[in-house]
Amino acid sequence: MAETATKQRTVKFIITRRERPEAAPYTEEFEIPYRPNMNVISALMEIQRNPVKADGAKTTPVVWESNCLEEVCGACSMVINGKPRQACSALVDKLEQPIRLEPMSTFPVVRDLVINRERMFQALKKVKAWIPIDGTYDLGPGPRMAESKRQWAYELSKCMTCGVCLEACPNVNDRNSFIGPAAISQVRLFNAHPTGEMNAHERLEALMDEGGIEGCGNSQNCVRSCPKGIPLTTSIAAINKDTTKHLFKKWLGM
Amino acid sequence: MSGNSYLPRKLHSLLGVIPLGLFFIEHALTNYAAFEGGQQGFVDAVHGIHKLPLVFFLELFIIWLPILFHGVYGLYIAYQSNYNTGRFSYGRNWAFALQRITGVITFIFVFWHVWNTRVQVALGNTTYEELGNHMNGIVSNPVYFVIYFIAVIAAVFHFSNGLWAFLVSWGITVGPRAQRISSNICMGIFVIVSVLFLLSLFAFRSDEFASAAAAFSPVMFG
Repeated sequence: MAETATKQRTVKFIITRRERPEAAPYTEEFEIPYRPNMNVISALMEIQRNPVKADGAKTTPVVWESNCLEEVCGACSMVINGKPRQACSALVDKLEQPIRLEPMSTFPVVRDLVINRERMFQALKKVKAWIPIDGTYDLGPGPRMAESKRQWAYELSKCMTCGVCLEACPNVNDRNSFIGPAAISQVRLFNAHPTGEMNAHERLEALMDEGGIEGCGNSQNCVRSCPKGIPLTTSIAAINKDTTKHLFKKWLGM
Repeated sequence: MSGNSYLPRKLHSLLGVIPLGLFFIEHALTNYAAFEGGQQGFVDAVHGIHKLPLVFFLELFIIWLPILFHGVYGLYIAYQSNYNTGRFSYGRNWAFALQRITGVITFIFVFWHVWNTRVQVALGNTTYEELGNHMNGIVSNPVYFVIYFIAVIAAVFHFSNGLWAFLVSWGITVGPRAQRISSNICMGIFVIVSVLFLLSLFAFRSDEFASAAAAFSPVMFG
């Protein structure tokens, strides 16, 4: 049987890389064989298997992070064709080529596409984004949550700390102390919980401190970018309301 | 930055509306008197304001000190922001960027504008009665007219969009629907107040205000 000489369909990638956190970034181009239903992760795996650039020269494999591969862990967030999003849910068939991959450089870049999202976890600690129930004896069941409240609170609980909202925000940078939208929305979530509500003032006060809610400039890029569709700007405005009330209550000694 | 910026940010937002926003509206109405009532209408309106008791302290606490804080702290806020409308070209992100750009334009303009109006009155180079003619002298110059035209629109945008942001920052408009409606209202305010200021700018260019203007030349920087 004569082989028909059709050219193998390929996918072109332009990837921003760097070797070390303080090293200068550079770009490399890759052309990898197309397979149906590829996503950006499977393309990166292909580069890992065969780390050869588009010009044929060998290079080091591109480093990235990923975990769940179903857009619930947030680990594979990167800037794809200019927009921050998860690489696992970025389907090659739906992307304009060449596909440009960059790290979310609002965060410290560790290597290539790997970033350090520690500031987000520090933010969750700062605002005490948990419900304290530990003690030396059984505290018994907490108060019940109204179903109507549970429904909108559930939407807030979808946050996976992926960092897309911080990357999109023009006020998350090293000149600004803004905590970022994600942690503010978590304060709203835990303050909505009937048991969490008992410590609501602690979370509000953490946001009224330096490096809290004050840096929000209402650009609303966060709500447009959130992959989970979390109403981040509603959360921010609701917490603005709660912190304002808390401020006046404190002044009046209530 | 050390210290807590929560209170300065809140104060910045508050001062922009109360008292500066209220003064801004008052200023638009006083100027509009030049369009509606001509020379006499404008002189009456200016007199009405300057006959208020303790007018020096009203100016100090309602205008000068608030505008100094709002302006200087506002420059710092503008410095703290990145501008990413290239990557995120959404309407609100554009408004965010424009809020900062128009703020800087307004800051520079207000200094110049106060210098060649209120300060000239204080220096005795013009009087409240002659302010209309004085303005005629300034805006008859095409370059100054264009500067006024642009700066007035920038200032009105900064006020209107700032009012929208004030409602969010103080937790008054929380949900997307409330914020959309307040956005429409604030853009309505932008159009109306712009028209008021621009009509008065054109009124100051008219012959009526030119009559006495020939007697002196406006004092400018330099």
